[in-house]
Amino acid sequence: MANGIIEKVKEQATSVWEKVHGSQVAESILRPGSPFKKGYSDTPRNRSYVIMNNVLYHLHPVKVKRHGVRLSYTLCLGGISFFLFILLTITGIFLMFYYAPTAEAAYSDVAALSTSVAFGSLVRNMHRWGAHFMVLSVFLHMSRVFYHGAYKPPREFNWVVGVILLLLTLLLSFTGYLLPWDQLALWAVTVGTNMAGFVPVFGGQVKFLLLGSVEVTADTILRWYVLHVLFFPFIIVIFMAVHFWRVRKDGGISGPL
Amino acid sequence: MSDIPEHLLRRSAEAKAKALGIPVEDVLAEMTGEAAPTPMDIGEQPKVETVVAPDPATPAAVPVAEPETPSQEPTPPAPVMAASSADAGDVDYDAAATKAGMPASLLKRSVEAKAKASGASPASVLAEMLGEEVPAAPPAASAPPPAEPAPVEEITESVAEVVEIPIVEPAAAASVAAEPPAASRSGGATAVAARPLAQPEAVPEGVRTQRLLTVVKANAIQQVKSEPTDKVNTWPHLMIMEFAALLAVTAVLIVLSVILQAPLLESANFNATPNPSKAPWYFLGLQELLSYFDPQIAGVTVPTIIGLVGFMAIPYVDRNPSTKPSDRKFAIFMYTFFMMGAATLTIFGVLFRGPGFNFTYPWADGIFFDDLKDWVNF
Ligand code: HEM
Repeated sequence: MANGIIEKVKEQATSVWEKVHGSQVAESILRPGSPFKKGYSDTPRNRSYVIMNNVLYHLHPVKVKRHGVRLSYTLCLGGISFFLFILLTITGIFLMFYYAPTAEAAYSDVAALSTSVAFGSLVRNMHRWGAHFMVLSVFLHMSRVFYHGAYKPPREFNWVVGVILLLLTLLLSFTGYLLPWDQLALWAVTVGTNMAGFVPVFGGQVKFLLLGSVEVTADTILRWYVLHVLFFPFIIVIFMAVHFWRVRKDGGISGPL
Repeated sequence: MSDIPEHLLRRSAEAKAKALGIPVEDVLAEMTGEAAPTPMDIGEQPKVETVVAPDPATPAAVPVAEPETPSQEPTPPAPVMAASSADAGDVDYDAAATKAGMPASLLKRSVEAKAKASGASPASVLAEMLGEEVPAAPPAASAPPPAEPAPVEEITESVAEVVEIPIVEPAAAASVAAEPPAASRSGGATAVAARPLAQPEAVPEGVRTQRLLTVVKANAIQQVKSEPTDKVNTWPHLMIMEFAALLAVTAVLIVLSVILQAPLLESANFNATPNPSKAPWYFLGLQELLSYFDPQIAGVTVPTIIGLVGFMAIPYVDRNPSTKPSDRKFAIFMYTFFMMGAATLTIFGVLFRGPGFNFTYPWADGIFFDDLKDWVNF
């Protein structure tokens, strides 16, 4: 009796699923070759389609060199840098909901993350440690590329793009450093921007441009906030796009050694 | 061809033998140049080197690239290039279009293009496309001439490559475009387009029609350099790895963030300079340098010249083409030396600098770096 009912429910569920899965809506969403599409089978052609018929094609070619897939070659460091950037974007958007870039509110907003926002301190910690990790992984990625000689022709220019990405990563991290507006933030940034002030001839101007003033002031928060959440992310995404594009157009991953 | 790895050669020979239904040994012999090529061979002839660095004097010599069909179905042998100049009269495109199931204007355009390229009359081209008997055509199907290269030579010097469209299922054609098998990738940029196959049965057995799609100049924008390489599908091989890395990074970051609280000191106070004041760790090496040298040197020359311009210049300075570690001992030494130096300065700045940026021992006086304090105290 009970078994019969269960059977029936199962049957019903299966047929509803079949209908939904085969519906025009599902068909329109899933392009041919999608592994989620009804009737997908694991054929070489479909394996190509998974990439090619998909937005993934913007990031990956259909096939890659066998040795490039091995973890021991790239250590996935470029990929990890990129993924950390995505994580930082997601956690950063969350933080933006609770943060006002003013001298009055900034510090208490950040402090409140730990006390009155659900998951606030977890997300803040992820954002902060993730940022440190990203700087680290970009450095390591650069070293991996160097030791493989992967900057040699035809990849010279992608190395240059990479150095710009490194610089942007540092700038992103540094501009974020100020935002909690605590003693650590204020003085680390003061020390950091003082170094910029040593640039000969226009050091003063550079510093002024960075800070919006001759010293770190309350106005600096807004300026660095905009740089941190909008300007540098925007620029870095553009350079990443160029970087990934060139990885492919320069013939995929370098090597094997 | 001799520099193709044995296993790749073998693999592509097997695929080709299967497609053509002839013994593997024949294909191999032919690939290695020991036997006369079979009609299918057009894709094999081009030497990689010719394409990579075309002799500027003879750009037209670059041969035709013909991707192989990745599908399992036997590939029909070489196309018929009708050289007939008979029946040059008016061509009824409308009727033909109905038959082929495609717009008359498109059919007309492609027939004319092909007729122009091959020197045949539009009518015979059309007939051939539709799979009809070609009047007065040479006995092409049984003993096909080396037909494809001909149009290349006819077109002027600006021609690098004639791209042909084998008629295949649209699906198969699409995947060919993405990734022609290594052995047949000897050509340069290969453009392949699928023609809707309205009446597959209209093409007689053993006849493959081809048409000229486009002519690509020798110095195309892209740097096309294909060597036979061992490749795997991105899905699933690469994407599985990436997904694993993604999960691992997320897991590590979440666990770490649960355990370790990010620092938040007292609210910013312009009147209370902490002692010491330290930059973020990635600038601490610089700050350390600043404490030794004149700031004009350490604060500017070092980071901007060495750090940026110098780093960007590496690929242009290091002219050694080899990537073998044993060939680049100097480069590796320099990089390692530089990185170790930076790491040492950074560690020094983080751990061994206390109040007044004076030297301290972290084990004796504690750590004066807030981002790290909790890691150590944990
Ligand atoms: C935000 C920072 C960066 C991201 C997200 C990133 C991402 C990537 C990715 C995903 C790859 C594919 C191979 C791999 O994972 O190793 C790659 C390759 C490469 N990257 Fe980066 N990268 C960054 C910074 C850099 C830097 C700082 C350099 C050098 C100064 C650099 C130079 C290169 C080069 C030359 C390649 C080609 C390597 C090869 O073909 O083996 N990148 N990058």
